[in-house]
Amino acid sequence: MSTAIEFNHVSKQYRLGLVSTRTLGADLNRWWTMNIRGKEDPYLKIGSVNDRSTKADNDFVWALRDIDFKVEQGDVVGIIGKNGAGKSTLLKLLSKVTGPTTGSIKARGRIGSLLEVGTGFHPEMTGRENIFMNGAILGMTKQEIAAKLDEIIDFSGCERYLDTPVKRYSSGMTVRLGFAVAAFLEPEILVVDEVLAVGDAEFQKKAIGKMRNISEGEGRTVLFVSHNMASIEKLCNHGVMLENGMIKKTGNVHDVVEYYLQDQIKNKNFLREGNGFIRFEDYWLERNVIEIGDNLEVHISIRANEYVDSCMLHINIYSSNGQYVAQSISDDDTTFELKKIESNKEYKIKCLLPYLNVIPGHYLINLWIGTAYEWFDWIKECMRFSVRQEGKFINRLTPYPSDAKIVLQSHWTYE
Amino acid sequence: MKKNKAEIDTFLNLEEQGWTTVIKPKNKLFEVDFKEIWRYRDLISLFIKRNIIVQYKQTILGPAWYVVQPALTVIMYMIVFGGIAGIPTDGVPRPLFYLAGTCMWQYFADCLNKTSNTFVDNAGIFGKVYFPRLVVPISNVLSNLLRFGIQFGFFVLIYIIYVLVGQTTAHLNWYALLFPVLLLLLAGLALGFGIIFSSLTTKYRDLQVLLSFLVQLWMYATPIVYPLSQTGSMKFLGVPVHTFMCLNPVTPLIETFKYGTMSCGAFVGWRWLIYSFIFMLLVLGIGILIFNKVQKSFMDTV
Repeated sequence: MSTAIEFNHVSKQYRLGLVSTRTLGADLNRWWTMNIRGKEDPYLKIGSVNDRSTKADNDFVWALRDIDFKVEQGDVVGIIGKNGAGKSTLLKLLSKVTGPTTGSIKARGRIGSLLEVGTGFHPEMTGRENIFMNGAILGMTKQEIAAKLDEIIDFSGCERYLDTPVKRYSSGMTVRLGFAVAAFLEPEILVVDEVLAVGDAEFQKKAIGKMRNISEGEGRTVLFVSHNMASIEKLCNHGVMLENGMIKKTGNVHDVVEYYLQDQIKNKNFLREGNGFIRFEDYWLERNVIEIGDNLEVHISIRANEYVDSCMLHINIYSSNGQYVAQSISDDDTTFELKKIESNKEYKIKCLLPYLNVIPGHYLINLWIGTAYEWFDWIKECMRFSVRQEGKFINRLTPYPSDAKIVLQSHWTYE
Repeated sequence: MKKNKAEIDTFLNLEEQGWTTVIKPKNKLFEVDFKEIWRYRDLISLFIKRNIIVQYKQTILGPAWYVVQPALTVIMYMIVFGGIAGIPTDGVPRPLFYLAGTCMWQYFADCLNKTSNTFVDNAGIFGKVYFPRLVVPISNVLSNLLRFGIQFGFFVLIYIIYVLVGQTTAHLNWYALLFPVLLLLLAGLALGFGIIFSSLTTKYRDLQVLLSFLVQLWMYATPIVYPLSQTGSMKFLGVPVHTFMCLNPVTPLIETFKYGTMSCGAFVGWRWLIYSFIFMLLVLGIGILIFNKVQKSFMDTV
């Protein structure tokens, strides 16, 4: 396999704030230093790390800094990171919408970008006219589009509206048409940014299927940006995590997603409620990645401010899309009693959840402690774990239905 | 020279390794990929089609506006400049004289205005996909040709009517053959000025406001509503006003057009035409240069 894309120490600097009259001065200063005195751009030296939440001491910011990685041909790379981490900037550089400040990018083959589908659609023109227009903007020739016109129309499912101006289309139909054009662009390298967020479930499935075909069947390279970890893991084999414009982690997509989610939990201010009679001091999981059917061990330490006669501890498990999956209560186990809690004494508690047979995915845990009448402490989404299928417990090749929650281990025989 | 050779070497190297795209900060001044623009010629033709279709969608008169506009303009000129101000038109019937000037000027002004908004109008598309940005101004200049063609046809029609009725002494002469060249120079000037303005407006929006009335003032500095011969032997600072007028690169083009088609006034002379030509090359060259520099980073400033 050869390298399809090579990023060589790519950086991109932006100026923050309003572009005011001051800029003419800055421009002249820059021009003077660079062209007359033949020195480096004076504004390149300053500039701080791109962290959206902190107050910067100057107006220049590095949206990307020293990005250096290679993408092999046929790889499907998922780019993840928080808002403002530089994901879209990276794709913009690759699709030549804006140039890097320093460094270079080398690529083999035509780069097609799906930064936002339906770009260049003119509301007054008909669907058919817009297919040609959009195709040409993406770099296709008229003949290429004409040759694929039937397929494009078929894929979009907008045949009836083809000779109607696009302004009469629903937003979903516009996206369908746009994606259809771009999907048949057949570039060697495809750049995709969150396009699947719009469109109904049926179309999303179709789009993901098409993208899979592009990468698997036809050996194309795909770069994909999304906040949806499920679709990232479904589509990609490689992951790149960006943070503040720098690469934080690269590698196998599952590892990178795992790292990203764990990182998010670590740096989070948890939603916390309760009267504080008892507070959770510490909590952690024995392992953050388990296989279906493995045991999950939850470690919790609590401390009371006042003497509490009796209370209950809940462990609630939610899937990453917010579905309530399972609950475990300290009362469930009759051999365990959470009684006569003395004040200012730390209690260490371990909860074993054996044979956890939830379907592969990412899960979040809420902790709750209290009585039937009072809430002592409640922390939302304070821990997370991932479940993978490695074949010990179950060995399924077809995908799990998206709304299923548990997997049953089963034994099949002929009678 | 040495640096150039090194650059060529690395270029060959890149080709050998099979890299087809190299993206790097652009620092070279004159680096326009004309081959690439040619590759996108289908896009140019589609943009032209779009401009034409879209302009008069959902209007009752449709393309008839192309004729209504100059017709009303000419009537207005006849009242104001012909009737009230009494400016002569070199013995040519007023409608014909004003129409000839308006046709040419309108083409120039339209191209200039439209082209100067290239970046601001297309920020949406430019921010999402890459294609050679020059495609947009080029297609603007070309799609305006249709409008010009219709207006020119209108001019020819009125001209024929006048000749048939025998009301005029206006007649063609050999200089009329220069027409395609004049049009090309006019388009080149409009494109050149347009892309200079469009590049600068990405940063300094003031220029947008400036341009809209600059074009109006410019029209009065060009012999549209009056003949150049009207300046006669007037002098300003000891230099004939005629010379000042011709320093405006549009003047020789309009005057030659009027002279060639209607034999009014006098030929401005080849040197002024060559001056206009050189002026156009210069403006276009500088324009492409600035445009090219801006297109790489304009998304960050627009």
